[in-house]
Amino acid sequence: MSKISTYGKKYEPKSGVSRWFDERLPLPRLMHNSVNAFPTPRNLNYWYTFGGVLTFCLITQIITGVVLSMHYTANSELAFGSVEHIMRNVNYGWLIRYIHAVGASMFFLAVYVHIFRGLYYGSYKAPRELLWILGVVIYLLMTATAFMGYVLPWGQMSFWGATVITNLFSAIPVVGGTITEWLWGGFAVDNSTLNRFFSLHYLLPFMIFGVVILHIWSLHVTGNNNPTGISVKDEQDTIPFSPYYTVKDAFALVCFLILFAWFIFYNPNILGHSDNYIEANPLSTPAHIVPEWYLLPFYAILRAIPSKIGGVIFMFSAIAILFLLPWLDTSKIRSATFRPLYRQFYWIFLANCLVLGYLGSQNPEGGYLIASRICTAYYFIHFLVVFPLLGIIETPKPLPESITKSVLEKIKSKANEENKQEV
Amino acid sequence: MSDKETKETNRRDFIFLATGAVAAVGVASAAWPLIHQMNPDSTALALSTIEVDVSGMEVGQSITVKWRGKPVFIRRRTRDEIDLARSVSLDDLPDGLARNNNATNTATATDENRSIEGKEEWLVMLGVCTHLGCVPKGQSIGDARGDYGGWYCPCHGSHYDTAGRIRKGPAPTNLDIPPAIFLNDSVIKIG
Amino acid sequence: MCKSINLSKIRQLILSLLGIFFLITSSSTFSIAAGEGVSKVKEQDWTFSGVFGYYDRGALQRGFQVYKEVCSSCHSMKYVYYRNLSEPGGPGFSVDEAKAIAAEFTVVDGPDASGDMFERNAVPSDKFVSPYDNDAMARMSNGGALPPDLSLIAKARSTERGFPLWIIDLFTGYQEQGVDYVYALLNGYKDMPSDFPLQDGMNYNKYYPGNQIAMYNPLSSDLVEYADGTEATVENMSKDVATFLMWTAEPKLEARKKMGFKVIIFLSLLAGLLYFSKKKIWARLDH
Repeated sequence: MSKISTYGKKYEPKSGVSRWFDERLPLPRLMHNSVNAFPTPRNLNYWYTFGGVLTFCLITQIITGVVLSMHYTANSELAFGSVEHIMRNVNYGWLIRYIHAVGASMFFLAVYVHIFRGLYYGSYKAPRELLWILGVVIYLLMTATAFMGYVLPWGQMSFWGATVITNLFSAIPVVGGTITEWLWGGFAVDNSTLNRFFSLHYLLPFMIFGVVILHIWSLHVTGNNNPTGISVKDEQDTIPFSPYYTVKDAFALVCFLILFAWFIFYNPNILGHSDNYIEANPLSTPAHIVPEWYLLPFYAILRAIPSKIGGVIFMFSAIAILFLLPWLDTSKIRSATFRPLYRQFYWIFLANCLVLGYLGSQNPEGGYLIASRICTAYYFIHFLVVFPLLGIIETPKPLPESITKSVLEKIKSKANEENKQEV
Repeated sequence: MSDKETKETNRRDFIFLATGAVAAVGVASAAWPLIHQMNPDSTALALSTIEVDVSGMEVGQSITVKWRGKPVFIRRRTRDEIDLARSVSLDDLPDGLARNNNATNTATATDENRSIEGKEEWLVMLGVCTHLGCVPKGQSIGDARGDYGGWYCPCHGSHYDTAGRIRKGPAPTNLDIPPAIFLNDSVIKIG
Repeated sequence: MCKSINLSKIRQLILSLLGIFFLITSSSTFSIAAGEGVSKVKEQDWTFSGVFGYYDRGALQRGFQVYKEVCSSCHSMKYVYYRNLSEPGGPGFSVDEAKAIAAEFTVVDGPDASGDMFERNAVPSDKFVSPYDNDAMARMSNGGALPPDLSLIAKARSTERGFPLWIIDLFTGYQEQGVDYVYALLNGYKDMPSDFPLQDGMNYNKYYPGNQIAMYNPLSSDLVEYADGTEATVENMSKDVATFLMWTAEPKLEARKKMGFKVIIFLSLLAGLLYFSKKKIWARLDH
């Protein structure tokens, strides 16, 4: 570890002004050490660029959100109309709102890639337990923020989504009813609910920002994991973050932006629900209540359990169990590349999550209900049985000696193959 | 050898420069919608014209209407007020320009250039003190009208005469006159 | 070596996933009861679909005429202004034409100096005048059913796409579910099964969920007289009015699609430049 911290060129102020600044507030030094010279494993692949993508998403959501709040009115009588005002009358209002709405989906798309990358390469394992836990906290805050943001346009799906989710708390024995009324500020989702959701929707992103700083801080203490999962052994294994990973992250980000732009400009409403273009009506529930796509797996779990309190417990447990993952996984090896058995289960788990998402969008009847019960069961078995057991029974493949060796071997085998082809 | 190296460096530099330049253009273009959204939106722009029916106004009566969120003073002046305004020499005026959107920028601040053309009784102007934006007194009966019988701004003591011209106090210019025309004998269009 | 294993795994995964989806979606026992009897909405050709989509001005103007002469007697359109009719990306009326259209309507304004409300002709900055003062009155006049506001109807309705269309839609940019539905609905007042239990005051419609709709068949041949000589068949009128409703729901569609094309070209260029920059920089590493 000490080797890492002394890596790279030390910060040296280039001018009198920066020296003056550095002596009083070493911000340039901090930036230099944590961005420019930060020693990063040389073998990170493109799955590792999503941290940068996520930072971009958070900043974009905050900027567009602040701008939208300049035109939005958090009042149950006016909210729906004010969103239409943004879409029709405000200069570029349609663009900013579509960026914000599509941006939420893109944020979750990126965070799921980021999480599943962590699961594949074992990024949650020692010494990165806290890094992982902070990530789960960010994810939780993201779901809360996204849920409250979805309520703000005050469409039918907003209103009934808010009603269903806040009613989850009524499942708590004894005090459930009191808590729910406290959340609503009334006897149903109404104007006071909308107002507090707006306030919290504005607040939470800044809390996310704070936890992101802790997340990155923790990352910079332990250093990056990498596709081999083996620890950095000497300086040769790393390269400075800038320019190598700044340019790689930038390239990946722009590719991601092309997808982002496709949805903003050509498919802005496909990730939403048409019912949300109908103003909220407290007297009539839409035929199918579905949350946004990124919450569907949890929604499927909620509905799979045939008891109110049970469904709520299982749904929250599905996220809470992620906090325990660093200790549920008993394997000494981090990366799935060298864990032949775990790799099979990893793909099964991913497929299971996708199927849960699909089931969450369907009516909980007949075969769909049975399927979502099986998938829910597997979700928990994966964490509670598969993870602890695999570490004990699995025989891992031999690990490369070092990151550098694995990189060189890859280049060599590639060159050999090319030679062969030429011959 | 060294020739080849410089060529290589040049090409490399070109790619970096081009990338940086294109990225900078992208950031700048992305900033524009975020800035432009704060400009008046299409509802505000669409309301920038109002029509006021003044057929019921007596001589000596004032009304205040709202245009673009600001008060507009409409006054049907008495003969005395008109004569008083016309008796002033241009040299006595702190601001010698008409400040009339219906006239040219260089028009002088004569009473003829301040009132509606051909309808000298009618004075239409923004009720916004040119000092720091307060609404001057003088529209209601019993208001303080200042030393020159027109309008008086209580915030910092600016005195306007019966043609809305600054005569005394910190305000730098005469009250602004918005675009205003009579559509027919009874309706004034402002904006 | 390692990579090829991963690839085959992914392929295996995708195949098995597809298998599961097909199993679920094709099995008849899982079909939703609400879907029974309702015909599938067909996709129409619209000028405004796709990457280079634009509104057909003629269709918008004719559609406005149908809305004004037929729909607007029951349906409000409270988010649209008369000035929108002359704005870029819309039906392409001139400013004076929009003014003249607005002046045909009367709005209640006030209070005036004596505290009374008064009526005046609408101006371009007014919203479309609603046929009823409030929802209760609208229900009252329509046998208890509320005619929905039409400003957003083309985005507020959808069609059951099913697997795998919903995945394909992500990549084709198909955003015309609502407008396809509106068109289908207006053409759906036919082919009632003889044993259909139609309730009093309701009308049979092939495409409406449950097949019973409170709205009577609003269109019939030659109901309106088009100024440009287009034949006023039910198909033409419904297509025109559906186009108009798409515009009222998404008035900035043309600007959006035009900007999107530029943005994606720009981003592709930047991505290309960054790719080469990345290659150059990484080439510095001695492997």
